[in-house]
Amino acid sequence: MTDQSLAAPRRRPPPPRPPLSLSGAWNNVAVRGWVYQAAVVIGVLGTGAFLIGNAQDALSKQGISTGFGFLTQIGGFDIGEKLIAFGSNDTFLRAYAVAVLNTLKVAVASVVLSTVIGVLVGVGRLSSNLLIRRLASIYVEVFRNTPQLVQLIFWYTLITALPRPREAISVGGVAFLSNRGLLLPWIDTDASLLTIGLAFAAGCIGAWAVSRWADARRRASGVRHSIFGWQLALVAGAPLVASVITGASYSFSVPVLRGFNFRGGVALSPEFLALLLGLSLYIAAFIAEIVRSGIQSIGRGQIEAARTIGLGRFDTYRRVIFPQALRVMIPPAAGQYVSVVKNSSLGVAIGYPELFSVNNTIVTLSGHTVEAIAIMMSIYLAISFVIAALMNLYNHFVQIKDR
Amino acid sequence: MAPVCISSAKPTHAPARPPPRRTDSWSRWLRHNFFQNAGSALMTALALWALFVTIPRLVRWAFVNAVWYTQNAADCHAAAGACWAIVPEKYRVMLFGTFPYEEHWRGVLVIVIVLGLSAISTIRRLWSYWLCVAWLVATAAVFALLLGGVFGLRPIGTHEWGGLPLTLVMFVGTVVGGIPAGILLALGRRSKMPAISALCVGFIEIVRGLPLVTVLFMASLMFPLFMPEGVTIDKFLRAQIAMTLFFAAYAAEVIRGGLQAIPRGQYEAADTVGLNYWQKMTRIILPQVMRIVLPSMMNEIIRAFKNTTFVGIIGLFDVLRATSTAIQDPVWVRYSIEAYLFIFILYFVLCFAMSKYSERVERDLAVGR
Repeated sequence: MTDQSLAAPRRRPPPPRPPLSLSGAWNNVAVRGWVYQAAVVIGVLGTGAFLIGNAQDALSKQGISTGFGFLTQIGGFDIGEKLIAFGSNDTFLRAYAVAVLNTLKVAVASVVLSTVIGVLVGVGRLSSNLLIRRLASIYVEVFRNTPQLVQLIFWYTLITALPRPREAISVGGVAFLSNRGLLLPWIDTDASLLTIGLAFAAGCIGAWAVSRWADARRRASGVRHSIFGWQLALVAGAPLVASVITGASYSFSVPVLRGFNFRGGVALSPEFLALLLGLSLYIAAFIAEIVRSGIQSIGRGQIEAARTIGLGRFDTYRRVIFPQALRVMIPPAAGQYVSVVKNSSLGVAIGYPELFSVNNTIVTLSGHTVEAIAIMMSIYLAISFVIAALMNLYNHFVQIKDR
Repeated sequence: MAPVCISSAKPTHAPARPPPRRTDSWSRWLRHNFFQNAGSALMTALALWALFVTIPRLVRWAFVNAVWYTQNAADCHAAAGACWAIVPEKYRVMLFGTFPYEEHWRGVLVIVIVLGLSAISTIRRLWSYWLCVAWLVATAAVFALLLGGVFGLRPIGTHEWGGLPLTLVMFVGTVVGGIPAGILLALGRRSKMPAISALCVGFIEIVRGLPLVTVLFMASLMFPLFMPEGVTIDKFLRAQIAMTLFFAAYAAEVIRGGLQAIPRGQYEAADTVGLNYWQKMTRIILPQVMRIVLPSMMNEIIRAFKNTTFVGIIGLFDVLRATSTAIQDPVWVRYSIEAYLFIFILYFVLCFAMSKYSERVERDLAVGR
């Protein structure tokens, strides 16, 4: 061993730069990458320009002006189902608003209903009861393995084949199911929605504060406070107090048969009902599978540990299984919720006036095909991306925080 | 030599313990599965009550009082049960749609070829190069049969295609075209070249954010507008392209998941032995990826089959749309529920078979891992 071998090895000189040449440059990975990318980008842009040029030629020949000015024109058509006022002398822009609200209405209702059914069926598939287990798996197989559109049209056919309002199927004398849809009792009120909503939000914040306080007390003193009653009083009481202060009147409206149709209550149209069933029963089968695999992903040790420290069956689910299973379930469930919104466009097949079918009417009436399709696609993309972003945010909060 | 006694314990005769209780008696099975606790017993009671209320009514409607065959709709009107007679009465329109009536045998042959070859393809012993050749020959035969114009077959335009042959051709075309496109999109998304990866990400995310119906609608309305004058692409092909691109975006995400699951060492080893990009992908990475993603890819394929019903919305006569048309007959229109139930069962049988097969493949592939 000599001193020299222990000294730091001499740095090797960098390899000599290859001489500049065409073939040399072609063999350089970076150069080649740029050439490929330039070729692809030029190809895509060129094709796009060619297609748009064709479209402009065709449109100018037909004498159609392009642009979004048509949105402020009067539509001259009516929409059967609407959450805000709309008539034949309203603009196309307002028609889009009506359509988006209809889409969101059926989507929100379907998300809630499919989650409830999905969780019940998913837990049912893991039940210790063989009969429940079998029924739940039959549900999943039947609804997962048939096209959603076939289910949707089947429900619609079934609802329109129901008896007329005169022979409606009555549920306890307050709700009626007929070929005009489902009629439910409803609260009639002249209170402003904004006041009630604000009071409800204040009640929810109050309930949350109470639970924080009770948690802090339990940690400090070990005393458990039962706060459920207080929370219920806050959430339900705040809107009530607000409406008493503002002096609103309430009455309970029950649907009653008058002549050939019902009066009073709130009506769910056959189209809405069929779309609600078609969307939620199909998606519920997928949610059930997500719930089942989420629960199964929890190690047996977790459940045994929960039993060991004396948690009951309900607390084991609430405190140990669900918080962990939720992490596994959120990403695929978010995908299913996005697909509820997207598949609400199937409403066109049964005449529910959601975004896609109203957009068809607008295309026909205004003649602005390209602009109308662009608006519709942007709205769907925006809804999909907002749901995905919200779910990512939520996912970020429930993930395990390690390191 | 005498035996050595190792134990110092005195041998005693303990009384024999009773044998363990039998665990296979039916009463025990019943208790274990249906009445384990109060909640379980309640659920059993509720489920049994619901079944007793619905099943007898359903059986009376669907079987006991049903009319199975008649050419006169009045017979159905007189009966209290289901009118299955609508199926034998209308099955030609339901299964073949607008396909010319006297050429239906060609449609039958197409169905037999596609379903038969699909059934053969499920046998893993037969997976080989020859199966690909068989599919190519079958594709040629299917198009010859449907399009006509060769071997003295009468030419049939794609606008006359309909029913189950249209559904099956659309489905096979979507999958066969969509998987290679999906592989390219997934590779593009993982590419180190920023322009290519951005283009692929943009395409995949936009298509996945849109409902299939709007993509089909765009293909049917905007495609003709963007074509140079004089060039027309017929409706079937436009729908086929839209379905394929839509499927490719979803397939790309499945394949990307598989690409990410391959350990880095595989990529580095392929680089080390001097393979170029395409050699590395086709010989080392993709064969492993396809094996990993097979179960999720089967889910996408089943979904693609269910999605073929959407083409009815833009005016093609697939099975569902053909059925809706068949029951427009005012004499039979009140029995549309029976017709839709028949279609429901048809789709269920095909999709259920595919999903059971996919479960089996998943189990088989899990063995060696």
